[in-house]
Amino acid sequence: MDGSKVVKLAEAEKGNVIKITSIQLDGVMRRRLLDLGFVAGADVEVVRKSPLGDPIAYRVSQTTIALRKEESMKIEGELMSNGK
Amino acid sequence: MGNEYRIALAGNPNTGKTTLFNALTGLRQHTGNWAGKTVTLASGTVAYKDKTFHLIDLPGTYSLFSNSKDEETARNYIVFEQPDVTLVVLDATSLERNFNLALQVLEMAKNVVICINLIDMAEEQGIHINEKLLTRKLGVPVIKVSARNKTGFPLLLDTLDRIVTGKIECHPMTITYSDEIEEQIKKMEPKVKAIIGDRLSSRWVALRLLDGDEALLDELNKYLVREGTS
Ligand SMILES: Nc1nc2c(ncn2[C@@H]2O[C@H](COP(=O)(O)OP(=O)(O)O)[C@@H](O)[C@H]2O)c(=O)[nH]1
Ligand SMILES: [Mg+2]
Repeated sequence: MDGSKVVKLAEAEKGNVIKITSIQLDGVMRRRLLDLGFVAGADVEVVRKSPLGDPIAYRVSQTTIALRKEESMKIEGELMSNGK
Repeated sequence: MGNEYRIALAGNPNTGKTTLFNALTGLRQHTGNWAGKTVTLASGTVAYKDKTFHLIDLPGTYSLFSNSKDEETARNYIVFEQPDVTLVVLDATSLERNFNLALQVLEMAKNVVICINLIDMAEEQGIHINEKLLTRKLGVPVIKVSARNKTGFPLLLDTLDRIVTGKIECHPMTITYSDEIEEQIKKMEPKVKAIIGDRLSSRWVALRLLDGDEALLDELNKYLVREGTS
């Protein structure tokens, strides 16, 4: 079975679990995201979307962290579970 | 003076640094400036055997790459003020997150002790931590404590004592990067060493230069001017 679907964190739905594969950001922004736990191989769960879809709260490495769309658009991963 | 040592406490926010600090120093705390900076850091003393340990409570941060004033303060203290030992305090219930900072410290300092705090809480949650295995892998002492219950303190103090007297030698693990980065480090290291000598880790400075960390470069310049004229 080849169910691996690649999605951007910004486009994932509430309850989705995504295994990060790439972070297309540089410099201080990239560093900050890595420090927050958004590293390749990490599982991230979408916990809450605000009404306008920005920011979105994610669960990563036992902490909830909200990202703005300009950040979450640049992080990609494999959809592991849709939470349903 | 020969029996006085500086021990810096680093760690993520909420790992119990201040609790540990207060328990060890018995609240004998005072704040002071360092190196003419405007930043104030809490410090307090612990008497152990014939020695006095000056504990310095650094700001709690998730990283040490100067993304904020707190990170810069903690980083500059560890790198440029060079405490005798840097004690990294980790939350036993959240090691994955906490190890980001621990690994950063292991790259920039030699005398490091990893203190796994909140061990009472971890045990309650059924988390088992093999500190001997971690010690072997990291190349520095790893000690489990509960700052709240005051457990693990004798071993912690004894370990600090053994490090400052040279009875334990720390060999922090080296993190190996991709071939491309390692190649660049190899090219830069001799040049970096020619400028900074053995006062700082030339590998770490080369990495920061590759990172393009300008705040660090500024700090490095100031440090070299200071050292050069003293
Ligand atoms: N159960 C438990 N709680 C602790 C321990 N050490 C600290 N705490 C608690 O963790 C919280 C954060 O502690 P604090 O010392 O302020 O952390 P800091 O931000 O690293 O200085 C406080 O509520 C402490 O009472 C410990 O060893 N066990
Ligand atoms: Mg504190």
